[in-house]
Amino acid sequence: MKLQRKNRLRALSLGAIAVSGALALTACGSDDTSANGGSSSGPSAKAGSIKCGDAKGQLLANGSSAQANAIQAWVKAYTAECKGVQINYKPEGSGAGVTAFTQGQVAFAGSDSALKPEEVAASKKVCSGGQGIDLPMVGGPIAVGYNVPGVDNLVLDAKTLAQIFDGKISTWDDAAIAKLNPKAKLPKTKIQAFHRSDESGTTDNFTKYLKAASPADWKYSGGKAWQAKGGQSAQGSSGLAQQVKQTAGAISYFELSYAKDGIKTVDLDTGASAPVKATVENATKAISEAKTVGTGKDLALELNYATKADGAYPITLVTYEIVCDKGNKADTFPATKSFLTYIASQDGQDSLAALGYAPIPSEINTKVRDTIASLS
Amino acid sequence: MDISTKTTAPPAPADPPTPALQTRASRGATRPGDRIFLGLSRGSGILLLVIMAAIAAFLTYRASMVLSKNDGNFLTTFEWNANATPPVFGIAVLAFGTIVSSVIAMAIAVPVAVGIALFITHYAPKKIGGAIAYVVDLLAAVPSIVYGLWGALFLVPHLTGFYSWLDDYFGWTGIFEWQGGAPRTLLAVGILLAIMILPIITNVSREVFRQAPLMHQEAALALGATRWEVIRMSVIPFGRSGVISASMLGLGRALGETMAVATVLSPSFEINASLLDPGGGTFAQNIAAKFSEATEQGRDALIASGLVLFIITLVVNGAARAIIARRKEYSGANA
Repeated sequence: MKLQRKNRLRALSLGAIAVSGALALTACGSDDTSANGGSSSGPSAKAGSIKCGDAKGQLLANGSSAQANAIQAWVKAYTAECKGVQINYKPEGSGAGVTAFTQGQVAFAGSDSALKPEEVAASKKVCSGGQGIDLPMVGGPIAVGYNVPGVDNLVLDAKTLAQIFDGKISTWDDAAIAKLNPKAKLPKTKIQAFHRSDESGTTDNFTKYLKAASPADWKYSGGKAWQAKGGQSAQGSSGLAQQVKQTAGAISYFELSYAKDGIKTVDLDTGASAPVKATVENATKAISEAKTVGTGKDLALELNYATKADGAYPITLVTYEIVCDKGNKADTFPATKSFLTYIASQDGQDSLAALGYAPIPSEINTKVRDTIASLS
Repeated sequence: MDISTKTTAPPAPADPPTPALQTRASRGATRPGDRIFLGLSRGSGILLLVIMAAIAAFLTYRASMVLSKNDGNFLTTFEWNANATPPVFGIAVLAFGTIVSSVIAMAIAVPVAVGIALFITHYAPKKIGGAIAYVVDLLAAVPSIVYGLWGALFLVPHLTGFYSWLDDYFGWTGIFEWQGGAPRTLLAVGILLAIMILPIITNVSREVFRQAPLMHQEAALALGATRWEVIRMSVIPFGRSGVISASMLGLGRALGETMAVATVLSPSFEINASLLDPGGGTFAQNIAAKFSEATEQGRDALIASGLVLFIITLVVNGAARAIIARRKEYSGANA
């Protein structure tokens, strides 16, 4: 009896090892973005914009998952041209990316928020003679998706959004919502506001907007962790989008690229002449109102969340690439510089819109290109 | 195999003790094979202790670095903001959620698992029983993230009807009061965990029930007992300690389950009296959700919460061993 049981267990465990092994292998395969060279589905890069120079070797990067899709598309186009370079971007999150960068494990990091002073100090150990700097590379509108049967083109402003996510407005037929949507037939349904359960740059930017545009209604200090009490939560932007899709009365925030498969998004009443839709162009317009707050070569941006400009969608996230201004590692530097030059180029930025990201406005992008040219 | 134990049941247990006696007796004049084997097995035993000590030491060391900086009370604060300066974090909600979801899982899984095990060993025709056993084993091989996806995309949307039924009939208890939110709650997590721990409890219970002495069962039958009476009088008392250890194995899995909980639960740092209201969280889920964006200090805080989970697991296992030790007279199976 024992023997047979052992054999079965052994067979089972062998099977389990085989299956999990296969899964692990395929997982590696899909991560290794350099493997699938010149297939045609990626953004069509003109050969002219990619200059390989003496770039070669393996480039490790880590960071924000918000820009993962953009990086993936760029890597595909870039490595099709420069076959000697392998780029491996792990979208483990901004915090993990910055940690990996300050420990010298990666050539560059992706982050949704600019380096903090203590992180800059830590980066000086890695960048001999220099420090880590932020290069704004990808913009992304954060859409507010909702699921209210029978209501299209919902308009909300910062005040009502803050009150909804703080639990002060609890039904869809609330007077404050009705006032902004005089034509809509609002149901009595209970509002189910979903927020991120993990810490996230998206939460950080969304709450920064609420705080800046309606300080009286959003009294929390902000940060990557959600602070308001009540409401429901889910893991990741995809988790939130899923909840909005399957729960009647739900409202939540996520990057525009997740607002697909029939998820409707809120138009913002910012005080401009007409409510602003969450689109790539409107996000770029809002980013162009940002001011540069970084010193020296650092190009950290401060967005103007309270903008009233026509067609500027203020709930926008800017994600950065973080590199050393001086003292990049000699063996990966040519590849890093060549790759960054490509993604900041016109072609690189133009390919973003198709993926649901916003290109960086040209006046800021010019500075980014100058900075990349001066890296050493 | 079963048939052979049925026909030659009595002599079978007599065999195993002989080799044990031999090794003990011949310890004085050992051959190299014995000594090497002794060294290997002793080394393995010591290695286990070293590994456990290393885990405990690591957790305690990293936890001690952040606990003194905590601005809240580690045991009672209902907040987790460990990346802030000064950090504020407490494990009250996590401990509550971990224990409540595991208890729900046990309450559902243990009776069902014992039922399946009894059905397989004592009621089902051999072929059907084997098929069911095989399917239950397969449940154990499904990765937890797959359970999480199934739970979030299928189970949770289909729970609304069950929730409103509970609210209608048991809402007055307060525990089953429902506000009409999405059913991503501790009860949903408990149900999912119950399915996940079912195979391990079933598996071990089945083996124990199968070893229930045939003589007892035949004696009971001879006295005119029905099949249920046979099970109640001879099989269940014999297997009780085995079922307890099986349940503890399942409980261990339920306490530590991470991805499935993170996908299904709607965590928040508050405790609701009602199991149907979203809220709560578990240690493992919180670590998974907060780890990637955590700073050095935030990570230490998460490790401190991991230390608490480690201690809870040790306590649960210790308690289980104590219970089993008290019932030793029934059998040595799995004790």
